[in-house]
Amino acid sequence: MVASTGRQGAAEGLPTGATRRPLVAAEALVKHFPIHSGLFGRETGRVQAVDGVSLEIRRGETLALVGESGCGKTTTGRLLLWLLEPTAGRVIFDGQDMSSLDRVGLRAFRRRAQIIFQDPFGSLNPRMTVGSLLREVLRVHRLARGEAAEQRIGELLDAVGLHADEASKYPHQFSGGQRQRIGIARALAVQPDFVVADEPVSALDVSVQAQVLNLLADLQRRFNLTYLFITHDLSVVRQIADRVAVMYLGRVVELGDCDSLFRGPLHPYTQALLSAVPDPERGTERRRIALSGDVASPAAPPPGCPFHPRCPHPGVDDTCRTLVPPLRTLAGGAQAACHKI
Amino acid sequence: MGAPLLRVEDLRAYFHTADGVVRAVDGVSFSLEPGETLGIVGESGCGKTVACLSILRLLDPPGRIEPGSRIMLRDRELTAASEEEMRSVRGNEISMIFQEPMTSLNPVWTIGDQIAETLRRHRRARPAEARRRAAEMLRLMGIGFPEQRLDEYPHQFSGGMRQRAMLAMALACDPSVLIADEPTTALDVTIQAEILDLLAGLQERLGMGLVFVSHDLGVIAQIADRVIVMYAGQVVESGTADEIFRRPRHPYSEGLLRATPRVGRKMQQLSVIPGSVASPKLWPSGCRFHPRCPYAWDRCREELPVLRGEARAVRCWLEEEPARRTGGWDGAALAEDR
Amino acid sequence: MNEAAAGAEDRPERGHIAKAAALVPGLAHLLEGRRRAGLSLLALALVTLAVLVFAIDRVAATFTTGRVDYWVALVTLIGAAAVAWGVGFREALGGPRARAKGVSQWAIAWREFSRNRVAVLGLYLMLTLYLATLLAPYLTPYEPNTIGDMATTRHLSPSLAHLMGTDKFGRDVFTRVLYGARISLSIGLIAVSISVTLGTVVGAASGYFGRVVDTVLMRFVDMFISFPRLVLLITVIALFEPSIFTVIVVLGLTLWPSTARIVRGEVLSLREREFVEAARALGLSGARIICRHIIPNVLGPVIVAATLGLGNIILVEAGLSFLGLSVQPPTPSWGNIIEGGREYLVQAWWVSTFPGLAIVVTVVAFNLIGDGLRDALDPRQRM
Ligand SMILES: Nc1ncnc2c1ncn2[C@@H]1O[C@H](COP(=O)(O)OP(=O)(O)OP(=O)(O)O)[C@@H](O)[C@H]1O
Ligand SMILES: Nc1ncnc2c1ncn2[C@@H]1O[C@H](COP(=O)(O)OP(=O)(O)OP(=O)(O)O)[C@@H](O)[C@H]1O
Ligand SMILES: [Mg+2]
Ligand SMILES: [Mg+2]
Repeated sequence: MVASTGRQGAAEGLPTGATRRPLVAAEALVKHFPIHSGLFGRETGRVQAVDGVSLEIRRGETLALVGESGCGKTTTGRLLLWLLEPTAGRVIFDGQDMSSLDRVGLRAFRRRAQIIFQDPFGSLNPRMTVGSLLREVLRVHRLARGEAAEQRIGELLDAVGLHADEASKYPHQFSGGQRQRIGIARALAVQPDFVVADEPVSALDVSVQAQVLNLLADLQRRFNLTYLFITHDLSVVRQIADRVAVMYLGRVVELGDCDSLFRGPLHPYTQALLSAVPDPERGTERRRIALSGDVASPAAPPPGCPFHPRCPHPGVDDTCRTLVPPLRTLAGGAQAACHKI
Repeated sequence: MGAPLLRVEDLRAYFHTADGVVRAVDGVSFSLEPGETLGIVGESGCGKTVACLSILRLLDPPGRIEPGSRIMLRDRELTAASEEEMRSVRGNEISMIFQEPMTSLNPVWTIGDQIAETLRRHRRARPAEARRRAAEMLRLMGIGFPEQRLDEYPHQFSGGMRQRAMLAMALACDPSVLIADEPTTALDVTIQAEILDLLAGLQERLGMGLVFVSHDLGVIAQIADRVIVMYAGQVVESGTADEIFRRPRHPYSEGLLRATPRVGRKMQQLSVIPGSVASPKLWPSGCRFHPRCPYAWDRCREELPVLRGEARAVRCWLEEEPARRTGGWDGAALAEDR
Repeated sequence: MNEAAAGAEDRPERGHIAKAAALVPGLAHLLEGRRRAGLSLLALALVTLAVLVFAIDRVAATFTTGRVDYWVALVTLIGAAAVAWGVGFREALGGPRARAKGVSQWAIAWREFSRNRVAVLGLYLMLTLYLATLLAPYLTPYEPNTIGDMATTRHLSPSLAHLMGTDKFGRDVFTRVLYGARISLSIGLIAVSISVTLGTVVGAASGYFGRVVDTVLMRFVDMFISFPRLVLLITVIALFEPSIFTVIVVLGLTLWPSTARIVRGEVLSLREREFVEAARALGLSGARIICRHIIPNVLGPVIVAATLGLGNIILVEAGLSFLGLSVQPPTPSWGNIIEGGREYLVQAWWVSTFPGLAIVVTVVAFNLIGDGLRDALDPRQRM
């Protein structure tokens, strides 16, 4: 059951051509949700959930997307899966602009990109058995029917560490961790290339969390999957990701290689975030970078750098207060959006 | 030293439901000194919340504290206290704060009204005086412009501020014990860090005893002086934070630590505790951890181990037969990882 | 978890005595200690036997009169016998049932419901009522509308020959209540079916598609709800002529908005649930998501609303017939039987009292069932 979550060797093993073109790319993605109010539902404002996110996800890697609640992680994931259409910007999947896809193309895309959810209770239809859940997926995509479908369901359940007999059970008959496995099996049923895992372990107990993390890493190796791993838990990121994108108020503020980001975070927000994570080993010895105040609302983001009202950096000045810092590539390949670096 | 501030002995709290008896808390003992922080750590469903509610006698039927359990506040027996007496204890001598800062505050009253209410009830404070003290409490919690914020409603507060308001309410009457049930679980890490610092600072200033419940080992390691580890309604290990996190003796604590990812370093591999917690209606026979334990042998399946030791206690047969501690959690030992 | 399935596993080999039990429906269940199921089957079997013994001439009359209600009664009789003996046989002779592993939420709800004694009582009352209605021609030797010998049979008080006495035309009140039940119950059933179907479709569409569809449909619903139902009813009935058909249509058409409201609310929250999003990510079509993933999850509250609505509709219909706005005499309905006995309340109290009791019992039964279902289907009890 134990599988190494070490992902160091993942990229080297691939042919060089494959690593060059990203599997998924976001170009200046923007998603604003209108706020309606009043009798006639007039638009009275906009939630700027995602505000100019650009990133690339390479084939076979795990890109972690981290940030605090409400910073737009889920929205970004749904945009990449074309479950939401962006207000502006483009999503490129395997060289194809998503907005150019017709119905048939979109259907084919749905087979290649899948999602795993956080809530092990809400993400499975309580009225369907596990078997019928998987059978439906196989039938809708004409992947297998009849005897072949049953066999495939058995394989899928086996792949996620459940017993094939359990296909006739209903979701509520499983524990949280087992349900999460069922959600993973459903995503794998279409044999996708790209999986968005939206906080897949956040609702699980520590002892079960490790099981699911190991399973995800194991499946990635077996089926050559590419993950966008959304989480707010930095210790999980360290364990599973190859690269990390840190989001704050709808923007990516730092993006870089996992190990170097954890060793030397560049953006003041990343530094504060890392210092705030409690660690059983560090105990009370840690030195925390204090942040004052709360995250601003994405409905009324501050002008300039979104982080400036809380920024602990001593040199916060008018530039920070008026100009939005762009995401710049620095020496060593890491990217950060800060005027002071 | 005389009697401890709070002493819980063999606490058992069961739910007598139509489907059978849910033994949510089944033999929990601990004591708390003034100025001390006791961390209770355990996974979801292990009975942490029920234990906390039992101390304040807040369990609703079909939940019940079983006879034989003892809860002593200094030298008063709370299990025998009348409902009237309990009301004067709650919020006054023992306060509690909960996980969900939104649902624990009443949305129709202002923050000021809610803080003042406890003062009015327990201290018979006059309105003006209660308001002054409420503002003082908010300032103590690090909320700016407390006079103005008193007149705001909970929905105008952010998550972290609501938890501060909850703390202000809980601490308004200078309780000698504060029970905090996962007070930071619903918060972002940066906010959580602030609340933890605030709590630690307040405790030092006010000298109260703090029972801090969490499922997060990191949080407990940071705030607690002593720790008890719960599994399936029972205490499986207790000791100082240092002892528990550096030299865990119970296989469950050990496994839990090795399954926890760290920010500080990347572990070679996360070890896994197989399976999941059983249902509280049907705890396994013998040691409740045995179906998931790598060391389990016949005796573990048959006999429930006793909690051996005083300050440093472990509920495991390995304590009697240490030679059997071989193999165990796969991968390298914890020490070698460093 | 599943008591029945657990019992099936370690069921002991049965002897010949137990096998003989197959001839008596319910005995096998009783031998196994499942009292309620056993007694129900036994009662059902006894009813069919009693009809065959005491009313064999009327059963035979089915073939000579050829009236539809006789045929319905015959089919019901055969059906009841088939259920009683069929289930009894299977229980007694069948091998251990295959162990069903999946315990659906419906099964849990049923278990929860059957623990609620009052609700089960309501269910039994309702089943008895429907069975009696269907078997009506066999249960009474009289015809509901045939006027008797006014001199000798007018206003007879209750006796063995006339369980509920006779009315001013010498007709047997028991017979008329039985036939009246048909009208009341079927009006209720049909009107509720119409309103539930319409309400579910409108509510689901409104909730799932949102935006303009939602706004338009919900304003329409508001309009319907704000229009006084009784005024509408009386207007429509004044325009057309009062008949069962108009009453059903008007009642059915006025009840759906509340169902639509309930369904819309549920769908709005379901639409945000992750399993619906997962279905979208898997490329399922909108219609499929609504039918397979959303509707089954709103059925709970809809069933509760429908059951409570049934009681309500029966009450409204009785009121309308009482006012002469619904079914016209001589066709009996509970409301117009009461109306017919109104003038003679002092001399012949039984004419109005028994149909009144029937209404009370029926409405109470539906409300008990509705409350039981509400508790049993409460999603908070899951997990
Ligand atoms: N459908 C929607 N309509 C309006 N606002 C929305 C919608 N979906 C998300 N938002 C808003 O967009 C912002 C970003 O939401 P998102 O769910 O992406 O955050 P997140 O980073 O995933 O947070 P969490 O960690 O809490 O899941 C939030 O302020 C949220 O309220
Ligand atoms: N009202 C109740 N009726 C029946 N069982 C209950 C009730 N409340 C709690 N329980 C059971 O008691 C056990 C302990 O619950 P408790 O809430 O104390 O867990 P916890 O350790 O606080 O978990 P979490 O980390 O999820 O908050 C659970 O298994 C739960 O199912
Ligand atoms: Mg999210
Ligand atoms: Mg709890």
